[in-house]
Order: sequence, then structure tokens, then C-alpha cells
Amino acid sequence: MGRSTRRLRAGTVRWIRWQERVVKVLFYSFLFITALPLIVGYLWLFSNSFSETLIYSLIPERLTLKNWSFLWRPPSPYYPSLWRTFGNTLVLALGMVVTVVGISTPAAYALSRMKFPGRFGLLAGTLILHSFPGITLLISLYYVLRTLGLLNNVIGVFLVKAGLMMPFAIWVMKGFFDSIPWDVECAALVDGATRFQTWYKVMLPQVKPGIGAVSVFAFLSGWSEYIYVITFVQDKRSWTLSSYVNSIIGDYRFLDYGLLAATGLFYMLPVLLFFLFAQKYLLRVSIGGTKGGR
Amino acid sequence: MAQIRLVKLRKEFGRVVAVNDLSLEIRDGEFIALLGPSGCGKTTTLLMIAGIYRPTRGEIYFDDVLINEVPPKDRHIGLVFQSYALYPHMTVYQNIAFPLRLAKRPKREIDKKVREVASLTQIEELLDRMPSQLSGGQQQRVALCRALVKEPEVLLLDEPLSNLDARLRIETRAEIKRLQQELGITTILVTHDQVEAMTMAERIAVLHQGILQQYSPPNELYDNPRNLFVASFIGDPPMNLVRVSYEIKNGRPYLVAGELAIPLSSEWAQRIERTAEKEFILGIRPEDMELLLKEQIFAFPGKVILIEPLGSGVLAHICAGQVRFRVLVSREKQTWLGDRVWVQPKLEKLHLFLLDGQSIREFPNA
Repeated sequence: MGRSTRRLRAGTVRWIRWQERVVKVLFYSFLFITALPLIVGYLWLFSNSFSETLIYSLIPERLTLKNWSFLWRPPSPYYPSLWRTFGNTLVLALGMVVTVVGISTPAAYALSRMKFPGRFGLLAGTLILHSFPGITLLISLYYVLRTLGLLNNVIGVFLVKAGLMMPFAIWVMKGFFDSIPWDVECAALVDGATRFQTWYKVMLPQVKPGIGAVSVFAFLSGWSEYIYVITFVQDKRSWTLSSYVNSIIGDYRFLDYGLLAATGLFYMLPVLLFFLFAQKYLLRVSIGGTKGGR
Repeated sequence: MAQIRLVKLRKEFGRVVAVNDLSLEIRDGEFIALLGPSGCGKTTTLLMIAGIYRPTRGEIYFDDVLINEVPPKDRHIGLVFQSYALYPHMTVYQNIAFPLRLAKRPKREIDKKVREVASLTQIEELLDRMPSQLSGGQQQRVALCRALVKEPEVLLLDEPLSNLDARLRIETRAEIKRLQQELGITTILVTHDQVEAMTMAERIAVLHQGILQQYSPPNELYDNPRNLFVASFIGDPPMNLVRVSYEIKNGRPYLVAGELAIPLSSEWAQRIERTAEKEFILGIRPEDMELLLKEQIFAFPGKVILIEPLGSGVLAHICAGQVRFRVLVSREKQTWLGDRVWVQPKLEKLHLFLLDGQSIREFPNA
């Protein structure tokens, strides 16, 4: 009897394993099918930029670097220098990082640790601002920037973008500050630190992951900005890569898909690299900044 | 070193009174404990002395200097938190050196002092580690080092042992006491653990609901609790407390609770009569009673209903009338479940409290 139950059990185990395998296969096929449009998109972009023609619009034929010539020579006199555009984009993205981190970090600390009149209102206000669609501000912001003389300038764009991103950044940073126990701060005060030294020497190093995450988000949001750039920046010398790519599509002439793919890929590359290195930080924020401090 | 004086210190959080007009004096170099259940205001008091909380009212003096408005960094205190509160991004060495670095001491001096204090607590070989790589006991030592390295005039310890395991707690207890005696720093220990307070402190201030209940040396606290709260809080196993009334039967004085009648000496009768009260709460510590097998003077009958072996002795639960007593019996003196016994309280060790909780020893002329 003992032997038969053992055999039965072995059979059940095999059956369960088989079931698990089937479930796994189904699961991955589902994920693959849903991801397919994205994968095909990337593939198209990649093969298109390196070939003269495509077979079934996917398989490259006759490899060439012709499409990448925009790197050293503008495709037509209409375009500004690529590297200048690249520089502008970098200024926009890094400007975002500096502004967002520079303001959200002390603001979040104050909101996390200090009691002051209007604290609750400020917290609620930032949340409302966060859910506010920025597009609706386009016209009024145009007027504001024109008055300030910041039209046709990436500085104007990153100030606007940073302002709109601030609520998100403050809430994320506040979560990180909230996760640091009071005791550590009190210990620093007793050890002889001023309030500012406590913030700078004890608190800031502990919210580094938060600063990292907010920086990455700010950089990506600045790098990929499109709508504010094409609205507020007409001057070609102040173009960013998104206006550059846009002009390839929007130009009244035959659309050069090879060029479009190459510039698109060039535009995307830093973001992809950034993502590879910053994944860790980004994940931490989406899990919830509250316990991410450790 | 410093002597500390608290005068009518009060702290309110909204409507809650956390510390209620606390007055306390701590002598230079003394080791005292603030003892009480959680929420009694002991940590609040400590944090006011540290300068982290601002008192609602009242004064704090260090050596007769009013320091209410002095920021924590200028009070010359060392503080050890329950959570240790080490700086997680710094090595042990950097943690300990932090107070000195802030004071802008020369590098060589910092190095010398850090190593000195590290050898005092035997953590020299941990200096390059990060706090996250340390055990609880090691972190605790680092926190102590960080508090001691700036040679504070006052050392404040907020439940420093409660995160350690039982054995380590006993070792660390002795070690902290040794360090305190060696360095002679005025020390305030906050704890909810009476054993910790009793073993380490020279005097203990018992707090309950923000009010000082008693401030005495450990033995005094144990032998002469001033009120019911102190009596019930101090002592493990706890004191037996019974509601009794004072009666004279056949010309002899008794304390009566239902069927139970405890005969009294004439000294006690006199003391009780002076209070002019009839109802009391009687307190007897488990070790202040003896179990006898036959009737004797001042003994009352009872039955053994439960035996708890404690290793060093036995805790016998005795039922007498409707009242249950815990009695500590030595191991040699065997008792068995169901035994009929006579319980003889040591009369000089009885505690009687008025119904409002006050001990009758505190009663005028008593």
C-alpha cells in the first residue's frame, strides 16, 4: 500500500509541475504579445536608421551610415547645428535637475519636520497642483514668459517645467525625509550641530536615494519635453532635440524615414543609458518613497 | 560635572499634561533613574533637560544657571537614545568623532579621544565598520561612546538597554554603572524596567501620569513606598494588595476581608487608630510572608492552589477566604498543591494605604 501511495504522489507532483509550466508559458506569451508593438517599434527604428531600404519594413537591406551624417553635417541648411541643439537639450534637462532638486529638497525637509502656519495648506496645494493639467496653462505661461523676456530660451522652459514638477518632487522627497527617525536628528542637535548642519551633514546624506530618483525623473522629463519647447521656443538656435526631430516630420517635403529613425535613435540613446543606470532609484520611488530611505 | 535642578517643570502637548510640575534635584556626579510605565512623562522630562523639548512652564538649572533657553548643543550633555540613533551613513569612527568635528577640535586630538573612548567600551576593532554591520549591543556601545567622547557634564540615557537581549542587558547594566563611577558624570537614566533602575541608580524618581510619586534610594523605595502606585509598581513578583477594613473582635485588632481576618499587633492598632479611618488597602510583599504547617500567633489559614517554580524559589498562590496571595517560599521549604497552611506575615513589613492611595506612614503623627 505504501508503495502505491508513493507512486501516486510522484504522479501528482509531475502533474503539478506540468501545470506550472503551462501557466508560465501562457503568462510569458501574453506578456510578449502585449509588448510586441513596442519591440517592433524599436526594431524598426534601429534597422531603418542603418539601412537604405527595408524588406517588409523591418529587415534591413544594404547597410549604410548615410542616415547618421546629420551628426557632422546638417541634413539641409534649414537645420541648426545638431550639437548646439544637443547642448540646449542638455541645458534644459540639467536645469530641471538643479532647479527641482535645489528647491524640493529643502522644501520637503521643512514640510516633513517643521510646524508652521499654512503647512497643511501648502501640502494640499501641492497635491492639487500635481493633478493640474499643465497644457491648460500654455497661453498664460506664454504671456508670463514674454513679459519676463524668457521666450525663445530654454531657461524659460525649464523654469515652467520645474514648477510643474515641484509637487511630485516635494512629495517624493518628503517621503524620504519622513522615513528618517527623529532620534537621529535630535542626536545631531545634542552632538553640537546647528539646525542647518543637521540638515546638511546628517539628513541630506540619508536621503541620497531620493535625490537620485528625483534627479533622474527631472532629467528625463526635461530631456523629453516637447509641447513647451515647440510653443515657447521658435528661434532655431534655441531648439532642443525634440523640436529637431519634430521639424524632420513637419517640414513640407518628402519625409526622410532614414533620417527620422537616426535622429530619433540619437535622441533616445541618452535616455536609455540613463535608465539602465538609474533603474534602481526609479523603482524605489514607485514602490513608495516612504520606506525607501533605507 | 554638574548639579541639576528642575523647578516646577511642566510640559503640555495640546491638552495633555505630559509632565506636571516636576521638581527634582540631582547632585553633582549622581546617578539617578526616572522610572515609570510608558506614557508617564519620563522621556519628555529627559528631552526637556536635553533641550529638545521646550518646557511649557518651570525652570531647569545646571549648576544654578537657568538653561531653559540654551540650545542643546551648548548644554554639554551626552544623550543615548533607545534607538541608538547612529548616523547610518558614517562609519563607527566618524559617528564617534562627529561631536568633536563639529566643535572644530584639531584632528590629532579627535583621533586620540575617539580611540580612548573606544577602548573604554572595547570597540576599537569596530571603528571602520558601518552601523548597519553591528549587532544591537555593539551599536549601543557606539552610541555610548558618541555621548561620552565630548566629555559631557551630564549624561542622559533614554532606555539604553531595552533593545538588548536579556543577558547582554545584565552585562551592559554593570558596564554603564562602572563607566559612570569611573568618570563621575551626573547621569539620568530613563527606564520602565525597575530592575534596571534599582541596580544602576543611586536614587530613583518614580513618575506616574506626569507626577512625581517618590524620589528615594532604591531600598527606601522598596521598603517604604509612599503610595499605592509605587507599592504596586516596584517589586517582582508584585506586592499583594487587598482591600481590608479595620475591626476589633473580642478586644483584639484585625484587618478583615470577607472571611479572612489578619490579626494585628498593638503597635499597628495604635497607628491605624490615629488615622481615624476604617477602610484600607493592605500591601504585603510575597517574600514578607511565611508559610507554616501549624497555627501560630499573627497567622491566618489558607490553602495552596498553585505552585510556580522560579528556579531560586517557589511562588505559591494561597487562597485565604476570597483573597489570593502570592507567597515566595524557599526551595527547601516544600509545599504541595492542596496543602492547608498558615500564612504568617512579617508584621513590621506590612504596608497600609488609605483608600486615596497614600501610605499611612506618611500620615501626620502616624
